[in-house]
Amino acid sequence: MRHTGFSFGLNAVVIWLCGLCLWATAAVALEIEDHRHYPGTGDRVLRIVSTADLEVFEPYLLYFHAAHPALSIDYTVVSSAELHRAIRDGRAFDLALSSAMDLQFQLANDGFAQSYRSSATEALPDWARWRDLIFAFTTEPAVVVISTERFEGLPLPATRQELITVLRDNPDWFQGAVGTYDVRNSGLGYLFATQEARSTDAYWRLSEVMGRLDPQLYCCSRQMIDDVAEGRLALAYNVLGSYAAERLAQDSGGRMRILRMQDFTNVMLRTAIIPAGAVEVEAAGQMIDALLLVGLRQEPDIWPLPPLRATAEGESAGFGPIRMGPALMVYLDPLNRRAFLEEWENALEQR
Amino acid sequence: MTGSASIERRLTVLLAGVAALLSILSWGMVTGLARQAAERTQDNVLAASATAIAETLRSEQGEVRLELPYSAFSMLGAISEDRVFYRVATGEALLTGYADLPVPAISPPAQGRVVFDTGDYRGAQVRMASVMRQVLAGGAPVSVTVTVAQTRNGIRAIAGELSQLAAMLSVAFFVVAVTLSAVAARTSLRPLNEIAQAVSRRGPNDLRPLRRAAPAELAPLMTALNRLMERLGQSLRRSEDFIVEAAHRVRTPLATVRAQAEIALRSVEDETEKQRLRRMIRAVDESSRSAGQLLDHATVAYRAEDLARDLIDLADLAAQTADALAPTAAMKDIEIRLETVPATVRGDAVLLENALRNVLDNAIKYSAEDTTVTLRVRRPTDTEARIEVIDQGPGLGTGPVEQLTERFRRGQNTQGIVGSGLGLTIAEDVIRAHGGRLELGQGPDGRGACVTLVFLLA
Repeated sequence: MRHTGFSFGLNAVVIWLCGLCLWATAAVALEIEDHRHYPGTGDRVLRIVSTADLEVFEPYLLYFHAAHPALSIDYTVVSSAELHRAIRDGRAFDLALSSAMDLQFQLANDGFAQSYRSSATEALPDWARWRDLIFAFTTEPAVVVISTERFEGLPLPATRQELITVLRDNPDWFQGAVGTYDVRNSGLGYLFATQEARSTDAYWRLSEVMGRLDPQLYCCSRQMIDDVAEGRLALAYNVLGSYAAERLAQDSGGRMRILRMQDFTNVMLRTAIIPAGAVEVEAAGQMIDALLLVGLRQEPDIWPLPPLRATAEGESAGFGPIRMGPALMVYLDPLNRRAFLEEWENALEQR
Repeated sequence: MTGSASIERRLTVLLAGVAALLSILSWGMVTGLARQAAERTQDNVLAASATAIAETLRSEQGEVRLELPYSAFSMLGAISEDRVFYRVATGEALLTGYADLPVPAISPPAQGRVVFDTGDYRGAQVRMASVMRQVLAGGAPVSVTVTVAQTRNGIRAIAGELSQLAAMLSVAFFVVAVTLSAVAARTSLRPLNEIAQAVSRRGPNDLRPLRRAAPAELAPLMTALNRLMERLGQSLRRSEDFIVEAAHRVRTPLATVRAQAEIALRSVEDETEKQRLRRMIRAVDESSRSAGQLLDHATVAYRAEDLARDLIDLADLAAQTADALAPTAAMKDIEIRLETVPATVRGDAVLLENALRNVLDNAIKYSAEDTTVTLRVRRPTDTEARIEVIDQGPGLGTGPVEQLTERFRRGQNTQGIVGSGLGLTIAEDVIRAHGGRLELGQGPDGRGACVTLVFLLA
């Protein structure tokens, strides 16, 4: 478990300054998770920094590269917090794609993004863009993934209340076998947790119950899904639905199952911004257009990530995606973050 | 007609100018109001947001704590897509937010009062709302200032849209106003045009005063016009009176001269002298005839104004007229042939006799000796009666036929024959006054003239 440097300090001022330090210490090197270079025939290089794993995102890159063969594409995968820091530090990237829409929003709000306009961005619904700075190109729900083996004989929960009941009634089954995001590390996990805490009071009760079960904390959806698929986890809570679906499509073997909570589902928008210091602005704009065209597609899925429409038009739950707006910055405030993390730690770490 | 520009155009342009001015004024006002309303809305939301944040301020173990409420920021996102910045500080020490955000100087520091200011931050103009609140921390009151700022692009865009809408409405208003102005100008000038038409529709001899409802502004014009026509009528009457008087005065001494000349003719033996006296008598005849025609013309002018409507048989009229002119015809051995059917018309017997006599007299005058003049009354249709006077003279010549009925105008082949040129004028005036018309043409076999009085039967 990796702890970020939030010193729960003496004075609020110190905390804020340290918060700034966190961004500003320019953490010398970027913590790169994955990297791939697609050489083009020309000199220009489109440098993309993204939180999307290559497994799901490579088709998009190949699709774009096929359309613009002259362009070299340099694709770097980092965590959402790293991405946020990199853009704030003014690292040289032409396009930033992130699943942490609150951090993306803050970048745009604070002036680290430049505006872009095209017919594709004009076609976006209002909720899928903010000014001409942020553009959403997927809508992705947070889901619960369960191991069918380890859930055998248990009723499948459809709501958080039912999930709480199942966990509480069978502590032995789930001891050490429940996984969720470490919200201290994962920007996306933090976004899901805060939005959920705001929208449903079942979140804290669920966290309390999970806290008693010695939960495993993860940085990323993929590891959680892997562990569920291999039976190390019985249940992973708040996993990116798109990753889970992709994994299910690859090798299901019937060992995994995706549950969508009916009482409330967080729907995250994967967003793109063009950093203020971008060089290949034109190519970045073309990439955004391509992503939006795919995002607004009508035809059945051949793409790993879900389109913009699916959840926006409201499935049974009828919840729209998380709204883009200044309210996203509320939980990014260091004081609020500290308060939230304190409460979260109290709930989840009860040993 | 020349002169200054048309009143209608001037009025329209003037009204259009006023409309344009009003349009621009209203557009400016709406734009200003829209902007003000948008800015006030933003101010209110900023104030509400800052207050909401300030309300979460509390003291915990001697430290000032706060929690940014979700609603404080979501309300800012609700009005427009503007960037949001905030700052919470005690004095100079920052609690949270953007350290370098400028803060409106609150003076004097008053608890709970919201202060607004506009400034520049991160390359954009921002509107700031600041509220101060005192919190007890560690036993001592600490002043905490909460500042919330928002860029104004979205607000401006909203105001701009409203302004654009107002501009479109103003243009529409202007177009409608111009159309209505043109209609109004035309409507208000209509009485003037109607009077002008009424005057120009009138016949040449119609000098009756205009009697029609006119707007007050046109009453002086009407009065002046009527007075002018009255004076014109009077002077016309005076000159006709003068002509009548003159003709009378000439005719009587002429009769005396003629009588004396006839007596002299009888008493003179010498053939040369006789010839001279006959020429004299003929000249006197012509003169008295001209005087008679002048009198006739004046009579027509008088009586046509107030026409009698007696029943008259045209056959009788033809017979009487033929009788009256028989001696004149006899002098040239001209036979007057009457071919009549009964045809009754309504009219003024004196005038009709006058007209027919003049036509017949003309025919006799221009006919050669020992010829025939035919006087025919016909009713070719139920609605028309005609008196045709056909002679075997030289015809009416090749000049324009219409000119022959003008006063003192004579045909082109009348050389050598004495005449005043009034005969056909009198005939036409009479027949016009009776609602008919005068037709001039050639005789049936292409020789001579045919003058027709055409009456329309009611």
